[in-house]
Amino acid sequence: MAVRRRSGVIFLRVDPVLCDGFGHCHELAPELVAIDEWGYPVITTEPIALANDAALASARLAVRGCPRQALRIERVNER
Amino acid sequence: MTGNRDVTMTTMPRLLTGHNAPLTLSEYESTFPVIARAGSLLGELDASGLTGRGGAGFPTAQKVRLLKAHRGHHKIVVVNAMEGEPASRKDVSLLRVNPHLVLDGAEVLASLIGANEIIVCIARENERLAGHVRDALAERVRQRRRTVRSSVQTPPGRYVAGEETALVHWLSNRETLPQYRAKRPHVARVRDRAVLVDNAETCAHVGLIARAGAESFRSLGTDASPGTALVSISGALDRSQVLEIALGTPLRQILAVAGADPDPQALLLGGYGGSWLDATHLDTPYANEALAPVGATTGAGVIVVLAREGCAVAETERVVRWMANESARQCGPCAFGLPSLAEDLTLLRRGANDAAHALERLTSRCGVIEGRGACHHPDGVVRFVRSALGVFRDDVADHASGRPCIGSGSARHYATVPRLDHEGELTWQ
Repeated sequence: MAVRRRSGVIFLRVDPVLCDGFGHCHELAPELVAIDEWGYPVITTEPIALANDAALASARLAVRGCPRQALRIERVNER
Repeated sequence: MTGNRDVTMTTMPRLLTGHNAPLTLSEYESTFPVIARAGSLLGELDASGLTGRGGAGFPTAQKVRLLKAHRGHHKIVVVNAMEGEPASRKDVSLLRVNPHLVLDGAEVLASLIGANEIIVCIARENERLAGHVRDALAERVRQRRRTVRSSVQTPPGRYVAGEETALVHWLSNRETLPQYRAKRPHVARVRDRAVLVDNAETCAHVGLIARAGAESFRSLGTDASPGTALVSISGALDRSQVLEIALGTPLRQILAVAGADPDPQALLLGGYGGSWLDATHLDTPYANEALAPVGATTGAGVIVVLAREGCAVAETERVVRWMANESARQCGPCAFGLPSLAEDLTLLRRGANDAAHALERLTSRCGVIEGRGACHHPDGVVRFVRSALGVFRDDVADHASGRPCIGSGSARHYATVPRLDHEGELTWQ
């Protein structure tokens, strides 16, 4: 079986129109998502390396946990 | 809200013609003769260096290329004459005086990208202008000059309604709500049909370039910002005016032509999502390359003159409060953040005990709100607040330390905002 090598970085992004500020993402991934004074997520703009399994796992948790399905993981290939 | 207010027009005759009576099609044809062109239409548009006049200043030829390369047969050209900026009157004035130039430009754009429909969008509150443009369209049909199916649509005239994605969304869904685009540049669509949205003034310039060529277009203006631009100037002057000026004209000269206060405190440039410019920069040429180093842009061509006796904090507060009310309230940081900014500015204007805290909050909230909306409405407000805090830092410090300036209690205002008659209620349809 070929080994698939993962390359590039990911960003956790929020669709601000869909987001209603439930705050679940902050609970599930506090290291990636902060909360502003009105309860809406402030997502770190730092890219997450795909090799960082812990961060990727909590980003996935946040995406799955969003009641409005407003979060997505975007993969950006860069050299 | 957008009836015939006191607006006079002084022109350097290009887009505007020197008199305020509307031009009929035959008058228009004789005023703007067709001069034989050397290159292709798109080549001319490229050579002209025309940039969009709606605020963003994107190169028009590049936008046309993007749409031209787009597949599909049923494309649409949308002429954006929504003019949601309360201090702006340029598109309305242009369409009133010279509708055929705008429509010609739209037809040129349609032929360039292969569109088979033109929609002119005019704010609903401006019913008279919509009727006027419908008459002009009918005149073109009668004289067999129409090349593409054209119509006038009247979305509700809110500030965000003129935003490209909101306008396109209204055309398909009858809601003036800006849309979130994960990737940009994005080709907007109305029911599967690709849409080219251009400001009315931009269309008029395209019409001119198609008639007289790129060289004639570039004969005025600067190398980086060629051509002329319409400017809506208001504030400390007798009559609000729409002027057509060559880009690169020094601001001081524009003020002189408009008959404005020659010794103002500051100018508001671009629009209500624009920035303040200190009066020490009055000799700056009115062109983006010269304004950028001093933190301003030409934006949508708005100039508000703030007199020395005005209070900059009070003016900023009124504009921000109005802008907060104009939020579509879709995105939390905009819906909650902008009213908070307005509250902080109110505390700062009053110069009460908590004004210093309000100033701190204002700075940190600007950083929190920026870049977190689906459209750039909150970003514009943040830019405006930041420029106020920078340009008027001495005034702001006085306010924060409990010494509001004398002008802050005055009833005389410079930046016009419509009455907040729909405050609290949401009318999107």
